[in-house]
Parts: sequence; C-alpha cells; structure tokens
Amino acid sequence: MARKDRRRFLTGFVAASAASALTPSMTRGAEEESAQKELAQNTRAPSALPPNAQVAAAETQTPHELPPNRIGGPAGSDFMVDVIKTLGIKYCPANCASSYRGIHESLINYGGNKMPEFLTCMHEESAVAMGHGYFKVSGKPLMTLCHGTVGLQHASMAIYNAWCDRVPMIVIGGNDLDASTRPPSVPTFHSAQDINALVRDFTKWDDTPVSLQHFAQSMVRAYKIAMTPPYGPVMIALDAGLQQEPAKGHGGDKLYIPRYVPTAPPAGDSGAVKEAAKLLAEAQNPVIVADRLARTPNGIKLLVQLAEALQARVIDQQSRTNFPRTHYLSAPPSAVQGADVILGLELADFWNTVNSWTDNGEHGVGRNSSRIKQGTKLISINASDLITKSNYQDFQRFQVIDVQMAADAEATLPALIEAVRSAIPAARRSAIAQRGEAAKKAHAEDHARTRQAAALGWDASPISTARLCMETYNAVKALDWSIVSQSGNVSNWLTRLWPIEQHHHWLGRSGGYGVGYGAPASVGAALANRDAGRFSVNIQADGDLMYAPGVLWTAAKHKIPQLAVMHNNRGYHQEVMHVQRLANFRSRASNYGGDLGPVGTRIENPDIEYHKLAESMGWWARGPIKEASQLAAALREAVKVVQSGTPALLNVWTQPR
Amino acid sequence: MRFLLSVLLLLGLATTPALAADAAKGKAAFMKNGCWQCHGEVGQGGAAGKTLAPKPMPLEAFNVFVRNSNGQMPPYPKEILSDADLADIHAYLQSIPAGKDYKGIPLLSQ
Repeated sequence: MARKDRRRFLTGFVAASAASALTPSMTRGAEEESAQKELAQNTRAPSALPPNAQVAAAETQTPHELPPNRIGGPAGSDFMVDVIKTLGIKYCPANCASSYRGIHESLINYGGNKMPEFLTCMHEESAVAMGHGYFKVSGKPLMTLCHGTVGLQHASMAIYNAWCDRVPMIVIGGNDLDASTRPPSVPTFHSAQDINALVRDFTKWDDTPVSLQHFAQSMVRAYKIAMTPPYGPVMIALDAGLQQEPAKGHGGDKLYIPRYVPTAPPAGDSGAVKEAAKLLAEAQNPVIVADRLARTPNGIKLLVQLAEALQARVIDQQSRTNFPRTHYLSAPPSAVQGADVILGLELADFWNTVNSWTDNGEHGVGRNSSRIKQGTKLISINASDLITKSNYQDFQRFQVIDVQMAADAEATLPALIEAVRSAIPAARRSAIAQRGEAAKKAHAEDHARTRQAAALGWDASPISTARLCMETYNAVKALDWSIVSQSGNVSNWLTRLWPIEQHHHWLGRSGGYGVGYGAPASVGAALANRDAGRFSVNIQADGDLMYAPGVLWTAAKHKIPQLAVMHNNRGYHQEVMHVQRLANFRSRASNYGGDLGPVGTRIENPDIEYHKLAESMGWWARGPIKEASQLAAALREAVKVVQSGTPALLNVWTQPR
Repeated sequence: MRFLLSVLLLLGLATTPALAADAAKGKAAFMKNGCWQCHGEVGQGGAAGKTLAPKPMPLEAFNVFVRNSNGQMPPYPKEILSDADLADIHAYLQSIPAGKDYKGIPLLSQ
C-alpha cells in the first residue's frame, strides 16, 4: 500500500488540529497584550496558552496555495465508487463512521449520491435489515457501510438474520489496519486485525483487499457470491488507508474493473430428479411442503404446475410466498399426517416439518413425536445443503431423507415437472383427478373453519388480532398491496385470511428470529415497493419497534411511505409462557410485579405512546386505538396519508395474539 | 397420558370443587393468572392457545386438563391455581356469549 502520501496527509491533519486547539478566537491587538501581561503576573500557567507570533501569523495570513488535489491524483475511493457503479446497486443504507470516510466522501461527491444513494440510518442493524427487506421485494441486493468494529457489532444480528433467511447483502466495514499511521485513541479502539472474523460464521464469503485492483476483484466477486443461490451476506473489510491513497495500479498498471457475469444456480442431479418423480407419480397421497422455494415470482408458477400435475396438496411454510393461498391445493401444516410421499422444497427445518416437540416432558426436557405415518418417503431439494457451517445451528436437527438433492429447488423444478408428467402411469390419472376433488372440498372446509375462528372475539377490546388484520385488509384491498413485515405474532391471520397470491404480497419472516428485524425490514421493503408503485402494509409489533426506532426517522427523511399498524399487545408475548411454564413445573406462582405478566416480559406501566414516537420523527400517526369500532375510520385516513407519500402509523392496542 | 385422562373422566374421578362459582371473580382470576395471554381475554384462542369459549368443555374435564396437561400448556398445580379460582374461571368462560357467525360479518364473508 502507498503509505508515504497518506502519512504526509495525516501529519498535516494532526498539525492543523493542534494549531486550532491552541488558537483562541480572541487573540488580537490589545487583547493579546493584556493577555501577555496577565500571563506574566500569574505564576500558574493557564490550560491553553495564547498563540506565539508564528502561530498567530499562520492563523491570520493567507495560506500558501495547495495543489488542486493534495493526495496527488484521483482518490482510491473514487475508483471504488466506479467499481460499485458497475454492479447497479441502487441504495446504500448506512450509519456514518470515520473508518469509511474516504468512500463515503467519494459516494456522495464523486459519485453524485446516485447508484448507490446513501440513506442515513441511525443503527447498523437497521441498515442491514433495510437491505434484507429491500431484496425480498426487488430481488436486488443492497450494500451497506459500517464501522468495522463497533458498527459491525451493531450490524451482526441483522447479518445473521440475512444468513438464515438466505438473503444477499454486501457489508463493507471500514478498518484502519496500519497501527503506525492510524489516528490514535478512538479510531484505534475501533480498529481490529480481522474485523471479518466477527461475522465469518454467518457470511458466505469475506475478504480484506490490500490494493485497489484487489478491491475491484473482491467487490465483483462478493456480489457474484452473494447472488449465487443459495444467496447470503458477504463481507469486505475496507482499509481506511486504501480508501485515501491515490488511485493507481501495481507498478503503473492501469486499474480495471472485472465484468460481473451471473452464475447459474445449481440444479438437481438428473438421476435423483427421476427417482423423486417416480416416487411422487406413484404415491397415493403426495404432499409438497415449500419454505424458501420461490426465489422469484416464477417459483410460484412452477410450484402451481407441479402441484396441479400431481393434484398434490401444498403446505406453504411462508418464508416466502411460494404458493397462492387461494388455490384449492393450498393446505394447512397438518396435511403431512396422511402423506405417503413428502417433497420438501428449501425447508429451513425438515425435522420439525415431520416431527413435533412438546415443551412439557417429565424432567423439564421436551418430548419428540412423529407427525407422519411410518414408512413415508421423504424427498428434499435444498440449496442450503451446499453452505452448511459448523458453529451456528441454523441447519437444525438431522432428518434422514430418502432422496436428497443439494440443489436450488426453483432451478430444479422445470426438470422435475417434466419428469413427473412422464412418470405418471395412465392408470393413475383418474385417481389423481379424484385426489384434486377431495382437495377442493378440504380447502373449502378449511376456509369456512378459519373464518369462523376469526369471528371469535370479533368485538373484543383490546382489538382481536383477526379483526386487526381484516380491518386493515379492507382498507387496502383495492390497492396493489404488499405486506412488508409482520413482526410479533398475530396468530397467522394475515396468511390465513388475506388472498396472498403474488410474490410481493407476503415476504416471510426474519430468518434468524432476531427481534428488531420487523421495523427496519419493513422500511427497506417499502422503499422497493415505492419504486415499483406499490402500497406497503406493516403489522408492527411493539417490542420489535423499540429495538431501533430511529428507522422511523430514516423512512420520513427519505420519503419512504408505508402504513404501519401496531400490534401493541404491551408485552414480549413469546417469552411469557417460558417463564410461566418453569414456574408451573416448580409449583410456584409467577411474580407479576404489579403488571399483567411475569416480571421482565411486559411493556406497560408506563405504556409507550408509539403514535407520539412516530410523530416526533416525521410520521403521521394516531392512537391509542383500543376499540374495534374506531379502527376502520382511522385506517381510511391513514391510507390516504400514505398514498400522498408520507409514512403513517396507527397505535392499536391488541389482544396478545 | 391422554389415555389416563380419558379414564379419569369416565370414572368421574376428577374433583369438582363444591363452591359456588362466580363469573366476575373468574374473569379476574383469568387475567391474574395469565390465562388470557395465550387464550385471549374472551377465550377466543389463537396461535398460542386453544379456543376456550364460547361453550367451554365440562368443568370436570376442564379440571383434569388444567391439572394434568401434557400438551403445549403446562399443568397448573393447586399451589398456584386453587380449585376455587379454577371453578370461577370456568364460570367466566361459560358466561361468554356465543360469537357471531362469520357469514354475518362482512369483512369475513367477502
């Protein structure tokens, strides 16, 4: 690295800073004389000395003319921006930090703050989660910048969510490697030998480029790896010195930017595809389970083709929209019970799909049981098999599979559909058609049962979660809507009651179940929807919002509209029964401490006024709304506000789930 | 365990508190003991807990289940939920009127 120029630059920076510190503003003429006299009279020296003649001259005289570019050429970080621009990255949500000041300055000045546009974030976790939500709508990854140590630690939970949810993200962490030249004190606290180590367990790849040409290769490679299924976050440590040195190649070689060419996703082995097709075609009751199958909208079309060819019921585990909820073959999770063949497509947890675990065993250890018939054949197509790591346990419990393909399911489906069509014996066609008729009947019954369940507690106060969801649907149903997030738990009413059919209708969950994902992911997804002309709806949980509520300001600042309807149940409901369960096992009453749940699980006394919080950050907001009868009018008003381009929040008090 | 519960029910071995149950007290106990957290304030149920009302299960079965549950709900021993409170809670659940038919709710019948 070209350290000489940088050292000179830093020396200048330190000297100028020192001069400023020693130069009070009132040091002119008579005042100076008076100060000199006072100094002579006092035996104790003041904490800041008046300037001597040399310093005073340096302060007051016209400085020597500096070269047009004091680093002696185009900035290295300008070249980095040129590289980034070839990748078509539209936004860079980030929280500012000195360790990436070089590239920050280049992005907004040299790069014109376009492709990518810098979005001001108030927490690195928010920045990464925004990229997470944005990708799920647009199919395009974002990059983020962060301080390599403190910022990356803030970002790490969101990176883990992206890893578990198979979402690409390019994280660039600033770091100052050269201990002999980096600024002392705070910037040195914020430097490390290997910042990437912090997230290496849950990123697909990382690198620490040591030259500008190396950066160009790393950046294009990072994008390529992130965007090759199975998708995932990648990390680049970016040396502060490299950002600030002049742009030049090795030995005078001209710098170049490698071309990005997408890598085709891995498809299943042809023999395994045929074997799977035979099992499915000859099955009496095949059931398909999909979790992260539909990487793109085409994944939904392919799954409909496969399901209809087999007249097989489909359980959508909803990490994406994989299958239209309105289709007669759409089935609840219990449909695995009667299956003789189960096809799992990109399942995060196959074991838990075919087994259950009950947290109520004799000795405080949960009990396992099977959900399926003995002898049921299991088929899996899952690209996650290609990137299993050791430390974090996102690979879940081990499940024996009869036909297992380490491959991308969406890329494999065309071949599987053809193979299934060829493998169905003519004699089976009538039985398969009858299976479809039975599925239509089961779907209609399930539809009625679900709605009757939603009617229970319809007029309750606080408002039932079913009512919350359906009042919201009624307010947006005429629009091109997209549910950008559902944090917390509303008894799955959104996916049970809304006619979810398109890829952008439902985006799934966080992946790693790290609370605090919902609010920032909703803003990122709403950003992509804004650009696509869609209306964003977010069912926002109270606990989730309070992890980093500053993202509300980011939404207002960058004019990212969404309708946030609070599911304000005033507690961390997921944790309530964990404490209560242990208290029951130990035969002692749980200490509620004057609240409505065990100490440490409630968000009440005082109640948080989320509408005021949102309003203070530039949102239109109303609340608290506690009666169901007040909800429809408030929603109508809020929808109009969102359509005008302003984010709106309704603080609604709800039933726990 | 499920078999055992069924046998207990058939034999009538489940204990029934000989107390006059009070729906108002039952609602207070339902809230105070956190039943509402999973089953909802009017027993409507949801992802975390089964529907309890309207038409709760008979008191005898209710008692056996609460004391011996081996499902997702942990058992509640007498030390933390008395027979009297349990009877009152059942009375509260019985007092909850039947909900509307979904076909009469425009948002659900559309």
